[in-house]
Amino acid sequence: MTSLLRLQQVSKSFGAVAALRDAQLDLAAGEVHALVGENGAGKSTLVKILAGVHRPDAGTVTLDGREVTFAGPAEALAAGIAVIYQEPTLFPDLSVAENIFVGRQPVQAGRRIDTAEMRRRSVALFRRLGVQLDPDRPARGLSIADQQLVEIAKSLSYDARILVMDEPTAALSGVEVDRLFAVVRALRDGGAAVLFISHRFDEVFALCRRVTVMRDGRWVATSPIGELTVDTLVRQMVGRDIATLFPKQDAETREVLLDVRGLTRAGVFADVSFTVRGGEIVALAGLVGAGRSEVVRAVFGIEKYDAGQVLVAGERLPPGRPAAAIAAGLALVPEDRRQQGLVMELSVERNATLTRRWQLSRFGFLPLRRELAAAREWTRKLQVKAGRLSDPVSTLSGGNQQKVVLAKWLSTTPRVLIVDEPTRGIDVGTKAEVHRLMSQLAADGVAVLMVSSELPEVLGMADRVLVMHEGRLVADIARDAADEESVMYAATGQQ
Amino acid sequence: MTAVTAPKVRQARNLRIGREVGIVVAMVLLLAATAIRNPGFLGAQSLRDLLLGSAILVVLAVGQTMVVITRNVDLSVGSILGLVAFATGKLFVAQPGLPIVLAVLAGIGLGVVCGALNGGLVAVAQVPSLVITLGTLYVFRGVDYAWAAGQQINAADMPPGFLRFGSATVLGIPWLAVVAAVVLIAAGLFLRSYRSGRDLYAIGSQPAAATLSGIPVGRRVFAVFAVNGALAGLAGVLYAARFGTVDATAGTGLELQVVAAVVVGGVAIFGGSGSVWGAALGALLLTTIGSSLAVLRINPFWQQAVVGALILAAIGLDRLLAVRMARRLRGRSHA
Repeated sequence: MTSLLRLQQVSKSFGAVAALRDAQLDLAAGEVHALVGENGAGKSTLVKILAGVHRPDAGTVTLDGREVTFAGPAEALAAGIAVIYQEPTLFPDLSVAENIFVGRQPVQAGRRIDTAEMRRRSVALFRRLGVQLDPDRPARGLSIADQQLVEIAKSLSYDARILVMDEPTAALSGVEVDRLFAVVRALRDGGAAVLFISHRFDEVFALCRRVTVMRDGRWVATSPIGELTVDTLVRQMVGRDIATLFPKQDAETREVLLDVRGLTRAGVFADVSFTVRGGEIVALAGLVGAGRSEVVRAVFGIEKYDAGQVLVAGERLPPGRPAAAIAAGLALVPEDRRQQGLVMELSVERNATLTRRWQLSRFGFLPLRRELAAAREWTRKLQVKAGRLSDPVSTLSGGNQQKVVLAKWLSTTPRVLIVDEPTRGIDVGTKAEVHRLMSQLAADGVAVLMVSSELPEVLGMADRVLVMHEGRLVADIARDAADEESVMYAATGQQ
Repeated sequence: MTAVTAPKVRQARNLRIGREVGIVVAMVLLLAATAIRNPGFLGAQSLRDLLLGSAILVVLAVGQTMVVITRNVDLSVGSILGLVAFATGKLFVAQPGLPIVLAVLAGIGLGVVCGALNGGLVAVAQVPSLVITLGTLYVFRGVDYAWAAGQQINAADMPPGFLRFGSATVLGIPWLAVVAAVVLIAAGLFLRSYRSGRDLYAIGSQPAAATLSGIPVGRRVFAVFAVNGALAGLAGVLYAARFGTVDATAGTGLELQVVAAVVVGGVAIFGGSGSVWGAALGALLLTTIGSSLAVLRINPFWQQAVVGALILAAIGLDRLLAVRMARRLRGRSHA
């Protein structure tokens, strides 16, 4: 087996966060190679290095035995590496055919674009994939599955020697997946290397010859598929020391504080019902795109829902009104702290008191001293490490930023705390502190609802685990019964 | 699984074309209403005047369209036009015998320099072009004022041949309109049928995806600003030829008319869609409104209000069309 592409000792950091540490990968011509790992394990960063989007801080990329560096995506494409990204990369205003051939449209005499030829080739690609799509319609309004099919057609059009597919099947139906697999096998038999990233183990086992597992930005193992079972694979993906990171206290559960009944939003989530009691930490687990963040945002009133209701301590919340949710004692620590959680340019103190401006004000004025005192109290409680409270919050590390977001919401003394990915992209020490804090809050009687994609966090912190799959709540697992396998099985839609 | 049926797509395309038909209809109604009041308004001479009057705006609108398609905007075009118009006059004062072609090339060259400055700043500074070109709007105008120092270039300073070029006709069509038509057709072909032209739509439609697709986004945006500068420079020379008298205030406020023409012409202000044909029709419509209101004896102060209402109507129409198009394109039933 000859190695076509090899990554060795590749590292990449974004600011203080190390996304890849000494990662490695070996792709052979004529193989389908699976890359698996939890969310945040560094798979997408690795893909973007292959695609020339990111340049590695250290390490080498070897193609055909020669070391290469890509200055940009164009060079990686020229070297024969095509990528289907997880997030759609289509141009809504251009036609489907142009989306496939953008930048490489077939030309006729005088370098003019040959639209007839472009259409013909698009139709041929779609026929290979066994789908019918009008090449002349604009990409705007395509369903997610059709967008994915256009992406796949685009990557096929490159005639690439190395094809990277980052969760290509996430939105496809069974028939479409079978078609795609047939095409992938044909490419493999033609000598191409396919790097296949998927959360669906059945696909990995059906399609791939070798599997590389990543965890925390590091390479864990590369093994032939024959030597693996689903159990060993999950253990490789998850395995780490859980006890110290998750200081979970036992708390007595009290009355139901959050009661969600039949919450539905067409095409996003359907019939989601659950309760969270005071003193309880309930985790909402599932794969990216399962609809978890959308559900909690709807509960908080940032997004609309079509049916169902939300009750806080027995009182119904009016839909679509975050102010009412805050008044009822709800707090939401959002997923993306840079975009949604903080005003990056403002000072630490301003950010920390943003939710309480009116409480702190006297006659409509907000005395600086009161603001500072309140900010000082909460940043001390949470041990925020900041130079001065007047520094912009953007100067803090990710972990300390997250603490400021928590301070901002905890200072409203919520009855129900919703945290969305509370420890994403922060270091292990701060993680443990955030976990300790959540545990403490639950012990004080707060109902905590935690959305998390990190299985260890889910298993280590939650009293109960709710699992979502494709917009529906598919499992409600008690702490004693929850383990990696049971949650993963439910999250990937297996029974 | 069924694909979107062909008629649906055809309807959607008709909606797009309908956008341009809408402007034509508005213009026909306006011309008809004006002609009822004053039959002479549809005479050959007054139509010629309309073409002459809109030529400079069309040239500017074509350049602006290319910029807007990439999700940018260039507010400095009025200042570039003014600077180039004054420079052209100065050039003729210094070199009275200069061939017209060389003067045109010199004007375009100065425009390219200004445009390249815009493009370079946008590409390097990563600051929205709205802010950058707002800055250069004042910079270019300031240079113009400093250079002119209160003087004015008069028709007597320019060669008669050059001034004739500004008002003469060929086969009944003003030369300026011919130049504008050539620019329009060239840009239309470029945007429709050349890879780099299509890249502009891709960049405006989804900038991040354009980078991932290997499109040289920075280089294209830089080039589009340089080209827009060149067209603003050309417009400056045309301005000098048409009016003969140029001082440092030439073209002040013109940038807003240009953006208005582009928006009325159906070019999406957030990039990704629109055509130079629509923008040119928008420019023609704005010019027609100016002349019609005069003929209809409507207080010229109303003209601005009418133009404003037109912009709002155009935006409302675009929104409506977008919603209807989305509805028609949605709905692929999953088998």
